[in-house]
Amino acid sequence: MLKTRIIPTLLFKNYGLVKGVGFNSWRRVGSALPSIKVYNTRQVDELILVDIAATQEERTIDYEEIDTLADECFMPMTVGGGIKDIDDVRNILRAGADKVSINSGAIQNPNLISTVASFFGSQCVVVSIDVKKNGNGGYEVYSCSGSKSEGIHPVYWAKEVEKKGAGEILLTSIDRDGTMTGYDIELISSITDAVSIPVIASGGAGNYEHMVEAILIGKASAVAAASIFHFTQQTPLEAKQYLASKGIRTRL
Amino acid sequence: MKTLIIDYGLCNLDSVKRAVEECGGNPVVELDPQAASIAEKLILPGVGNFYDAMQRLRTSGWYEILQKEVLENKIPILGICLGMQLLATYGEEGGGIDGLGFVKGKVIKLIPETSDIRIPHIGWNEVRHYGNSILFKEIPSNKDFYFVHSYHFVAEEKETIIAMTPYCGQFVSAVESKNIFGVQFHPEKSQRVGFQLLKNFIHL
Repeated sequence: MLKTRIIPTLLFKNYGLVKGVGFNSWRRVGSALPSIKVYNTRQVDELILVDIAATQEERTIDYEEIDTLADECFMPMTVGGGIKDIDDVRNILRAGADKVSINSGAIQNPNLISTVASFFGSQCVVVSIDVKKNGNGGYEVYSCSGSKSEGIHPVYWAKEVEKKGAGEILLTSIDRDGTMTGYDIELISSITDAVSIPVIASGGAGNYEHMVEAILIGKASAVAAASIFHFTQQTPLEAKQYLASKGIRTRL
Repeated sequence: MKTLIIDYGLCNLDSVKRAVEECGGNPVVELDPQAASIAEKLILPGVGNFYDAMQRLRTSGWYEILQKEVLENKIPILGICLGMQLLATYGEEGGGIDGLGFVKGKVIKLIPETSDIRIPHIGWNEVRHYGNSILFKEIPSNKDFYFVHSYHFVAEEKETIIAMTPYCGQFVSAVESKNIFGVQFHPEKSQRVGFQLLKNFIHL
């Protein structure tokens, strides 16, 4: 049986790791290399690394930095931030990433997804979808690290990216991000119902029970989390043990 | 112990190289097929699509060199992920094309049995082996390895199958035929058990 993955998310900004609330008020939480080394020894399932300032600062991610981190990262690693063409993808994969996560670049040019998928295979294309509720209580897709409203519905966009060849969706609720009040289960369910590729739930994990809800009710294939691992004593290993006690298959 | 990692223009060779290094394998990443003669071990990695990969192996000259080094000179080769699939006779991905033909079989798409099974198959899953391959020496059966793929190897000769994994029913996750080995999972990303498998191959 395929195991449900627990994926720590590491966000970069100005050479350090940060974590915010609602894609805002960023706090420094240390540096990446020591975190990766710790996760290696704890047999973490997978890692997501995103340079959250790349798109807004109109630059590419620092490939040398990724190369340095990838050399020490003996677990699957997805890297995102500022990807807008196939050369960016090639450089990130060359640096040692296993998958790339594309967000704003895919919205600006949806054909980027199919180009990357046909060249490197769907399995290495993660499309990241950031979602916020608008004034009417409806869901809407946001780009540029949550700063730009795109006026499209996440269900529509998820189906589009699947059609274009995305291998996986990283679905983040901006409203829940950093709040540790639980994942947006309604949002997750609407996306997992709409597509047949794996969906990684992100945004809002504050305890292990939140993860259970995202998996059992939301039908997420994996759960990503940051604050819970940065700011509390909870660990990916304990999370997996808790999930296992609830009948969810994890790698222990 | 030179382990030559074949570079045919598809990516992610760095993580294979780093893992081989950690396992004591003295890795060299090589674009030039003529350099293959120095290799004691060959690793054929790969992400991407079967059709493009075969085209690249042919235009770069690796195709002929591999036939010689692997079939005539019996240099051990390990295919990883797409690299395992390329060992087959034929692959349907990308329109259909002949593979290297080292292990009889074809590569076809994974078909979900029920609607809740998602493709690609991404994540950690069990590798069931029967204890008879040197590749799995000191690795218990049913350990989890990391997979990320949408196609799978259908072996024509049962004796070449050395491991199976339960997904979409079950599929072949490792093959062996004389000096030729292939694994559908990524040993370089599978931590302790993956490194053990690489060591087993490097120290054959």
